[in-house]
Amino acid sequence: MTPSLAVTLAGIILIGLTAYVLLGGADFGGGVWALLASGPRKQAQRELIARAIGPVWEANHVWLILSLVLLFTCFPLVFARVAIGLHVPLTLMLIGIVLRGSAFVFQSYGEGSAAGRVFATASLITPVLLGVCVAAAATGAVPVEPRGSFVAVYVRPWLTAFGLAVGVFALACFALLAAVYLTLETRDLPLQEDFRRRALVTEVVVVGVAVVGLFLLPAALSIHPRVVALTAVTAASAIWSLWRRHYALARVAAAGQVALIVVGWGAAQYPYILPPDLTIQAAAAPRVTLELAFTAVIAGAVVLFPSLFYLMRVFKAQSKNAMR
Amino acid sequence: MSDLVAARSQMAVSLVFHIIFAVIGIAMPVLMVIAERRWQRTRDPIYLDLAKRWARGTAILFAVGAVSGTVLSFELGLLWPQFMRLAGAVIGMPFSLEGFAFFTEAIFLGIYLYGWERVSPRAHLLAGVIVAVSGAASGIFVVIANAWMNTPTGVMVTNGAFTHIDPIAAMRTPAALPQTLHMTLAAYAATGIAVAGIHALLVLKGRASAFNRAALMIGLVVGAPAAVLQPLSGDIAARYLARRQPVKLAAMEALYQTRAGAPLTIGPPPGIKIPYALSLLAFHDPHAVVQGLDAVSPDERPNVGLVHLSFDVMVLLGTYLAVVGLWAGWLALRKRDLAAHRGFLRALAVATPLGFVCVEAGWMVTELGRQPWVIYGVLKTQDAVTPMPGLIVPFTAITLLYCALACVVAVVLYRQIIRSPVA
Repeated sequence: MTPSLAVTLAGIILIGLTAYVLLGGADFGGGVWALLASGPRKQAQRELIARAIGPVWEANHVWLILSLVLLFTCFPLVFARVAIGLHVPLTLMLIGIVLRGSAFVFQSYGEGSAAGRVFATASLITPVLLGVCVAAAATGAVPVEPRGSFVAVYVRPWLTAFGLAVGVFALACFALLAAVYLTLETRDLPLQEDFRRRALVTEVVVVGVAVVGLFLLPAALSIHPRVVALTAVTAASAIWSLWRRHYALARVAAAGQVALIVVGWGAAQYPYILPPDLTIQAAAAPRVTLELAFTAVIAGAVVLFPSLFYLMRVFKAQSKNAMR
Repeated sequence: MSDLVAARSQMAVSLVFHIIFAVIGIAMPVLMVIAERRWQRTRDPIYLDLAKRWARGTAILFAVGAVSGTVLSFELGLLWPQFMRLAGAVIGMPFSLEGFAFFTEAIFLGIYLYGWERVSPRAHLLAGVIVAVSGAASGIFVVIANAWMNTPTGVMVTNGAFTHIDPIAAMRTPAALPQTLHMTLAAYAATGIAVAGIHALLVLKGRASAFNRAALMIGLVVGAPAAVLQPLSGDIAARYLARRQPVKLAAMEALYQTRAGAPLTIGPPPGIKIPYALSLLAFHDPHAVVQGLDAVSPDERPNVGLVHLSFDVMVLLGTYLAVVGLWAGWLALRKRDLAAHRGFLRALAVATPLGFVCVEAGWMVTELGRQPWVIYGVLKTQDAVTPMPGLIVPFTAITLLYCALACVVAVVLYRQIIRSPVA
């Protein structure tokens, strides 16, 4: 059976979100390491992070806008319900995004890095709240009808132990991605070692939080054991390749691990786009809108992928030589 | 403050900031490309310096604009979920296209900024051109979505639900052409004149360096023609309004009674009245009938005082900018040195912030003038707002945050672009 247009577009939105997590997420992770920069190479660590993020910062963040816009075009009902039920965490997440943008502008173009650090610290709420929102949506906690007290409708559904675990998990994953990517951004061996150590420690944290999260997992959400096993394998290969200093392989493994987590979330709640009641089919916009959105995605991809490839080739080719 | 007012205020604050970032982000790449082209032709290092400064300016505004744009796309749902639930499938199309244009801009801006030594000069200039074109395109797509809210087409409304949705017909809404034309010109006029104005001020303060002269001239090349053309596009917009949104036009002109040979009111009513002028402007016929506010019941009228005031401010300051633009053209035609004409430089320096004031006032006119509707004639703003209580809290938080962001941008922009080279 071929997947319907609605399912295809939901898949595209999930791919967009995965790209945001893998690229934009690494930017938040870079923020973590800039903040925790320490040791004799403190300044060099910060400079490496700034240099790695600079050329791709904007492009990485557009993935979120693109996914959001496709969501409200193709599934307006989902967007409206999520925006009502998760108003509080989404607003806090937005504040974090604004602070991250300010920190980026300050650190890239300004001189006052103290203020930049304040913003960067505050922006760490964004990954946590992103995780909290995803957890709430996935477990069917977003209220269908906003009835009841303020706390019952706008706070309690997302403020759960599981939600917070997913939030911390998201932050740890982003930090992991950043540390792994950064090992490939420099030829300086001691600097590379700094980020290798950080990546290894973070991977252990990620696995630890994942185990806690699986214990807290509500019965409403069942993650396929094969997805769990596959993710565990990628995590193990990330650790192994970091240990053996195969950084290119570590990058593939870590990115694959995080991508599997995002896709696994999508698979776990299929065919629902917003549990407990909204299926992808039921929430979809009229067919003509879906067809046009799909056409726009294809046309956009024809322009964007060669451009993105060009961007990455111009800026990331050099660092590839670094490992050889 | 009611939740509806808080939601509207939060949206207004977000737009007031975003529009400035967006306008500079649209026009500054054009300045930067012109400067780079001149550098490639003349090999005068001043132009290279300018291209790099304006590229950094574009980058700063683009980064901040990306952030404030993300905030706005979330706020559409956070504040107006009922609007998005209805309209998402209709106006999602221009937003999606905007997303792709924005993405293209981000990619090539990265190449432009960091690729000076990594790609060929021709490829580099081309990357700049792509940034400028995709920046203008994303602005146009967003304004088309707004135009649809003024003249909703491509849907049938039955019992509050939309049927027969045609997103292409929605994008060809009648308001699209006048609005996109007016807004795109506004971006070039405001930014070009502001850049020229800042450097005019520096010349007046005794720093008549080749650097300031070059920057002033490129600013004028972009800003002056746009400022001169803007009244013409305003005329197109006014005539479209007279036919499609007569209530908004009546509020702009503070015209309470429907009448033939309507006068133009300047200043707070009763104000100064110019006989027949409104009929002449709206229909190009001094005896044409112009619909007044009395055509609709009082609860369907916008806030006339604010709309009329905003309109007067926009027209007055816009006229000043057009006159400065004409003056620049006149001096250039007579081969006079613009950077040596102190009277002109003073007029230009005064004009620096005025384009942005015009942009804000213009958006006040179009947004406040559409009230009480969010989708004109279809959905009222009060029916679109989120049921969440206590909206004053996010409004206050976002306002404080944006003020901080604006300070960051102002400081960084000053350090990176305006401050003259030490050498």
